[in-house]
Amino acid sequence: MSALLELAVTFASLCFALAMLFATVRLFRGPAAQDRVLALDVMYANGMLLLLALGIRFVSSAYFDMALLIALFGFVGTIALAKFLLRGEVIEP
Amino acid sequence: MSDIPTWAALPAAILLIVGGLLAAIGALGVVRLPDFLTRMHPPAMGSTLGAGCVLIASMLVSSAAAGRPVVHALLITLFVVMTAPVTAMLLARAALYRSKRRAGEDRRPDQAE
Repeated sequence: MSALLELAVTFASLCFALAMLFATVRLFRGPAAQDRVLALDVMYANGMLLLLALGIRFVSSAYFDMALLIALFGFVGTIALAKFLLRGEVIEP
Repeated sequence: MSDIPTWAALPAAILLIVGGLLAAIGALGVVRLPDFLTRMHPPAMGSTLGAGCVLIASMLVSSAAAGRPVVHALLITLFVVMTAPVTAMLLARAALYRSKRRAGEDRRPDQAE
């Protein structure tokens, strides 16, 4: 039964890597700046999911902390870039 | 990895496959859809439902490996559920503001004539 779980983890990791590849395509091709910000957000979310899948594969809790940090910094980065696109600066006086 | 019992390994495998497919389909929508505001929809499916599936699978496997309930993956679930709408809202507002400003710049020479 553990072989099935290992196969599923491998499949999910390949799916997340494919999703990050799609996000990279949009990041390079995006016609406007907001497309690139959206692609960066998708890349952050899929990197977090990839780390969680690795944490299932090698049963360890260190990957969980890395995933939490990636979620945190992805949120802050996307909010800062969206605020910059909206107002022209991130922290207003 | 070798001592995960069947009652945890089978649902975790199914949830991992479903989550991976959802994330890949969401990112495919980001590449293929024609407009920015339509392009914002599919990754939300991958980052809420797909992340929920993977986090439930992670909770199952770590609980079965530790022999007691391990629920710290709920932290990431809570965080993602709280922050995904804020991100989508701000990005949509930025895109609307920029497209409106560009349309205004296009219209300005016509009004000057």
